[in-house]
Amino acid sequence: MDESRRAFLRDSAAFIVLTGAASVAWEHVLAGAPEAAPNYTATAHWWGMVIDIDKCIGCGNCVRACKAENDVLNEPGCFRTWVERYRVNPDDPDHPIVDSPNGGYDGFPELDASAAGQKVFFVPKMCNHCANSPCTQVCPVGATFDSPDGVVLIDKTRCLGCRYCIQACPYGCRYLDPRTRTADKCTLCYHRITKGQTTACCEACPTAARRLVDLKNPSDPVHEFMRTHKVHVLKPQMATGAKVYYNGLDGAVR
Amino acid sequence: MPSPSGHYGHVVRVAVLFAAAFLAFLLVRSLLVPPDFGRYGFYRAGALGDIAARPVAFAGETRCAACHAKVFEERHDTRHASLHCEACHGPLQAHVLKPELKPATLDPKQPCIQCHARIAGRPAFVPQVVVADHSGDAECTACHQPHSPKIQSQ
Repeated sequence: MDESRRAFLRDSAAFIVLTGAASVAWEHVLAGAPEAAPNYTATAHWWGMVIDIDKCIGCGNCVRACKAENDVLNEPGCFRTWVERYRVNPDDPDHPIVDSPNGGYDGFPELDASAAGQKVFFVPKMCNHCANSPCTQVCPVGATFDSPDGVVLIDKTRCLGCRYCIQACPYGCRYLDPRTRTADKCTLCYHRITKGQTTACCEACPTAARRLVDLKNPSDPVHEFMRTHKVHVLKPQMATGAKVYYNGLDGAVR
Repeated sequence: MPSPSGHYGHVVRVAVLFAAAFLAFLLVRSLLVPPDFGRYGFYRAGALGDIAARPVAFAGETRCAACHAKVFEERHDTRHASLHCEACHGPLQAHVLKPELKPATLDPKQPCIQCHARIAGRPAFVPQVVVADHSGDAECTACHQPHSPKIQSQ
């Protein structure tokens, strides 16, 4: 009887140690560098974006740059980034009027006299590259995923076009590419940031209202910026872990 | 009444069928799932490389400075000093790779209007004009030099 108890304890201890070792080993497997980018260590980065509402002038440069860089169709609904113009009536801040003609691609028209007395401002929108992204969790085939450096990407060779992820995104950041009938979205210019460049929208922004930030890089000025500014993410109640931080975001923005 | 060994035979046949079906499933699965699927998570690891391999269109400001240092000097203390070249000139990686491919000449009005037309919501730190009142049909470049936009007193 004693012998079998000893054997049980020994086997249990071995099981606990081995499963622990296996989970540690699996962490190392997950922490590997992406192939075909030998000079880039994915786990050394954690990408995000800071958007300064007060600096956005509604020129639409980011929208045009994104379409040019990423071959995005100039069709309704096909946007990886777009700009919205909010009109907030001071007496009724819960019901803002939003316009975004062609996503801001052609700029914005002047408003009529009804805008007088209203608070009017621009809000650039894009994928929030959430740390706990709802869109990747619903993919049935593993076609969309969170990369080790915090970017939400789509493997277009595996996407079925089932549109679950488009419905799951609380920010409306995904669309179906009519050419390939696969889901598509902002890649945070993954082909640029892995080469040490900034995103196309940041490159084209005339006022630096958008800034690509590496939250894992201790020398990135973002840490000082976050400490000295009141930043906010969209829909924090969704607990998505959004990594697009807005400075000066109005409570009326949805 | 069949013998116990007869019953045993039925069970074996069903078990063999199940085993064959399971082996067939494993075979089909190994053919359909890419070998690098699941290396970093529930996705194809090679997708990271595929997405990163896309060619860039915007070269970035440092590439412009390599040849056009004179323009940078020209505008270094103007109000357009912080603008990136490709904010107005558009994506120019093709020109960087092949300098003889000259970029298109910019419209003398449209790039200016995008930022400087007066519209509701545009913050006051940007100089803004009602284009029709300010210059009518005239081209912006008739008076303003885009690399040094403030009109110098004669």
